Amino acid sequence: MSRMGKARVRVPERAAKGQIVEIRTMVDHPHESGFRHDNMGRLVPRHIVESFTCNYNGREIFRAKLHPAVSTNPYFMFYAVAIESGELVFTWTDDQGGVARETAKIEVT
Amino acid sequence: MSALVAGVGMLVVRPAVATPEELAAALRETFGDRPIRRGKVKLDLPRLAESGNVVPVTVSVDSPMTEQNYVKSVHLFAEKNNLPRILEVQLGPYNGKAVVSSRVRLAITQQVLAVAVLSDDTLWSAASDIEVTVSSCG
Repeated sequence: MSRMGKARVRVPERAAKGQIVEIRTMVDHPHESGFRHDNMGRLVPRHIVESFTCNYNGREIFRAKLHPAVSTNPYFMFYAVAIESGELVFTWTDDQGGVARETAKIEVT
Repeated sequence: MSALVAGVGMLVVRPAVATPEELAAALRETFGDRPIRRGKVKLDLPRLAESGNVVPVTVSVDSPMTEQNYVKSVHLFAEKNNLPRILEVQLGPYNGKAVVSSRVRLAITQQVLAVAVLSDDTLWSAASDIEVTVSSCG
């Protein structure tokens, strides 16, 4: 069963053309490493977010491949050049077929 | 399930850490025999982490991020985690700045390594030591 949770992104609503903007993202996900034992000493099965991408008006501008050593609720901060007004689409995919998607609009003047 | 519970009394713990040989193998697998130079990369993480579960990390690469000269990817490794690979990110001139932050798990006190692949296919790196007081299961 997938436990892909809520995704949160922070993108500036407005930017000047050519400005480099900061983007922050986080998704609620256990990101279980597969190396952890529960209180009963049982190994908790691996369940990780495998990939995270950001597309800006259809063009991929960020892609991450995650391994078990990324923390619970995977977080990323990165930058993008504000080229034109439009939409950023963020997608997280986990190893059990879970997918989370979030979008943000940016107005570039 | 019951078999797993029955095993509690005699838990077999797999080796907790990757050896530097495993890190060397991961580097070879990713980059082949290409030389990895020190420089151009800045790796920011705390000197001391009370918990290894959520360690903030920032990798910055000195690059103009133009169409002619940019960072293609950044790779983060932990030499003594269960698995040496932490994460890989793909970048390009559309990022403007080659700076990426995340939060990672570090099993024990160890060295973290960041490697950047530039558009001319040269490899640059930085390493940083971190003391972990309470280990994680990364």
